[in-house]
Amino acid sequence: MNLLGKIKFDFMGKQKIAMIFSLILITISIGSIVTRGLNFGLDFTGGTAVVVNFEKDIELDVIRDSLKSNNFIDASVQNFGSSKTVQIKFQSQSDSESTQLRDQLSEIVMPLDPAANVDKGDYIGSQVGDELIEQGSLAILYAIIGILLYVTIRFEWRFSVGSVVALVHDVVITVGVFSVIQMEFDLTILAALLAVIGYSLNDTIVVFDRVRENFKALRKKSPAEVFNISIAQTISRTVITSLTTLLVLLALFFIGGAMIHGFAFALIVGVLIGTYSSIFVASTATLNLGISRDDLMPVEKEGVNLDHIP
Amino acid sequence: MNHYPVWKNLLIIFVLALGIFYALPNIYGRSEVVQTSAIKDQAVDESLINRISSSLSAGGVSNFESIIENETVITKFNNIEDQFKGKEILDKLSGYKSALNLRPDVPEWLTNAGGSAMNLGLDLKGGVYFLMEVDMKEALANKFNQLRGYAIQILSKEKISKKSLKWVDEKLVIQFKSEELASKAFDKLRKQINEVNFKQRQIDGVESIVGTIRDKAISDIKDKALEKNISTIRSRVNEFGVAEPIVQRQGSERIIVQLPGVQDSSEIKETLGSVATLEYRAVDMNKNHNAYQVAQSGKSAPLGYKLYFDQDEQPVLLSKRIIVSGDQLIDATAGSDQQTGRPMVSVKLNNIGAKRMLDFTRNNVGNNMAVVYKDREFVSKDPVTDKKIYKPRETVISNATIQGVFSNQFQTTGLDSPKFATKLALQLRSGSLAAPIEIVHEKTIGPSLGKDNIDRGFQSVLIGFVLVLIFMLIYYRLFGVVANIALLCNVVLMVAMLSMLGATLTLPGIAGIVLTVGMAVDANVLIFERIKEELAMGNTAQSSIKAGYDKALSTIADANITTFIAAIVLFAFGTGPIKGFAVTLSIGIVTSMFTAIILSRAIVNLVYGNKTKLKSISI
Repeated sequence: MNLLGKIKFDFMGKQKIAMIFSLILITISIGSIVTRGLNFGLDFTGGTAVVVNFEKDIELDVIRDSLKSNNFIDASVQNFGSSKTVQIKFQSQSDSESTQLRDQLSEIVMPLDPAANVDKGDYIGSQVGDELIEQGSLAILYAIIGILLYVTIRFEWRFSVGSVVALVHDVVITVGVFSVIQMEFDLTILAALLAVIGYSLNDTIVVFDRVRENFKALRKKSPAEVFNISIAQTISRTVITSLTTLLVLLALFFIGGAMIHGFAFALIVGVLIGTYSSIFVASTATLNLGISRDDLMPVEKEGVNLDHIP
Repeated sequence: MNHYPVWKNLLIIFVLALGIFYALPNIYGRSEVVQTSAIKDQAVDESLINRISSSLSAGGVSNFESIIENETVITKFNNIEDQFKGKEILDKLSGYKSALNLRPDVPEWLTNAGGSAMNLGLDLKGGVYFLMEVDMKEALANKFNQLRGYAIQILSKEKISKKSLKWVDEKLVIQFKSEELASKAFDKLRKQINEVNFKQRQIDGVESIVGTIRDKAISDIKDKALEKNISTIRSRVNEFGVAEPIVQRQGSERIIVQLPGVQDSSEIKETLGSVATLEYRAVDMNKNHNAYQVAQSGKSAPLGYKLYFDQDEQPVLLSKRIIVSGDQLIDATAGSDQQTGRPMVSVKLNNIGAKRMLDFTRNNVGNNMAVVYKDREFVSKDPVTDKKIYKPRETVISNATIQGVFSNQFQTTGLDSPKFATKLALQLRSGSLAAPIEIVHEKTIGPSLGKDNIDRGFQSVLIGFVLVLIFMLIYYRLFGVVANIALLCNVVLMVAMLSMLGATLTLPGIAGIVLTVGMAVDANVLIFERIKEELAMGNTAQSSIKAGYDKALSTIADANITTFIAAIVLFAFGTGPIKGFAVTLSIGIVTSMFTAIILSRAIVNLVYGNKTKLKSISI
């Protein structure tokens, strides 16, 4: 079976459209991150969260009202996976205060449904949250530096810059999606972002590998043509791998349960964007940096031949 | 044509056999059990099993099964509800403690052969997680005092007179009258106190020595305090009856505590973090002193005495000299006073404590001795550092006449309730904390949520897996079968590696497995697409297979190494859940390289390798 057949398509010729598309996405993402911010989870904000499991479906507003009338003004209430499960988040100064508030909360919630039970409770001190943000950002930074070095050694600096441009593109847009739909951004999303980096890179490297090979094999073609041919040759692999990965991610998203919902979602977005960027962003960036055949040829020492002249 | 040497095929079979063996323990599932063990030296034998089964039957629980293993009775139940009910009933067995656990049903022969199932993380088992931060201020302050005393001692021994000696902003500043004295002192101090880095200099025209404590000394102090706290917390945790508790250090100032199966965290939290201890002091028997007067006038207490209050806010004057402190206790048991029936703690002292108590009581029959309960109380939060500020709280809980001479074993009464007595006994038994702790992160996962997480996790792995298998089968036909076998073996090998390493499976870990399943096919897709290209160029089937595998190799290596870099960074910087994800991801990369490249090639060779006139292949 052959899904895509033989493709002859001027990918590089579409770089203007791709660039405009990417720029729009990035502008929306950054705009949203700056103006709306992220709906940070407990891991980062600190405070207390409780997950209550109700026996019957329950209206969030009912819980909100009853919390409000009991002086829980800052509490946020949202569904957690199903309409019967509700997560309630509120600020707390210390673990003892957190326990106290949690007990109060159960007393408020129980009358709404006597069969409800508290499934999960978290307390995170604010200092831990700050540390996590710092560690997380550092992790992404170090991952990018490590990858930059590896690709520079194995390929060439232009490829390295191209792949990092694609990476940053993917991360910014994935985070942007979380900002736009205000989905909770917690520690597992951070892990997902790092997986997205790994994945997007995987895709990009496969294309670059073929470009490197074709530069050597197709000596008469222009760099743009080499990129077009390479992308065409690898596109069925890119699409099939994205498809199989998406299949399992969709399984995780729909069946995996509330605790990995966000994680799966971030990866789905990341895989889609990553597939697009490995075709249109990484290659165009590298091409526009002026990559040429000579950059990839092994350097021949000047004057080597002269030694043989008597 | 396309052949592997015999040794390579044997190696593949060997690796697979090993993988299947180590992965096997994980397919048996787990059952809900309650583990009952002796608190002290009570017997764990058939009679205990009988007691357990009769009390369970009396409590209305049926369908259970008990066995003895490692001095523990393990009672299996059919569901969580029975298990909870069972635990409640078994908690009432005096002399024994019971703990909830999820136990893998690995058959004995497999366990004996060295196989074990993966550990489950708290998010899959249910339980409580604490991250505690040790407040090192106190431990450091003690060290500062000690060093100060040491410096004074050295200077007076060497007869060097000083103008002043004090700690200023974590620096020990000693002032002298002349440069000569300062130099002499500098020489002596530098040689005898290694933990401090001394410098001689003039400050505002005064000859001084400034000492800063060395980083090594500070980290030693922190290490010691942390280790002591860990051992105290560990012995406190062991008192609760928790199956497979984890107490481990994280970094230089933090402790992780994981208590599987525990649901109500508030009481445990209080006990773990308690700095409460007891002190025994002589009561001021001087008729001329009046505690009420001291308390009302606000004047200082008479020399050698200190003002305390008892539980009813009544003032008492106690000697500043401690007879015995909590450190000298080696055992404590809660009980009730035989005469009055009031709760009490009977304590046992070590040799030093016993001798001091003996000396004191021998000389003081008829006088009073007081027991001081020392604790701390939350005052406020420092607005700058966000740390909590506490002040010590000391309450006289007992003030009684010494009736006779005693030494190493005696009772302390005057406690509020039996519950309080039990808690106090536990705290005294387990030793004191070297430095106060504060919980900075707490997580509770309900047992049903844990079970739900396992079920959903495995379901999603299964469904995602089946979807990929179907897709590959349709798209690559026979080669799809090859890829699917490779994929299957990949999961087996991953599970085997995780079990062998004793890794803990968490929800993000499952996600890591799922993700690797999705990505593991990538290598095969790369190879197969390459073979298709070679065929399209008109090459023979055999040479296309060979070229496909060879040419795809460097691409696969490059792609996997870069992902591996990301996984390593995740592991190095991540905590808890992220680490778990990184471990499965990196193991998956390694195993998938093996299965997708070496194993799949072996199968392809087996199918097509011998056919010299191969016309077409099913791809």
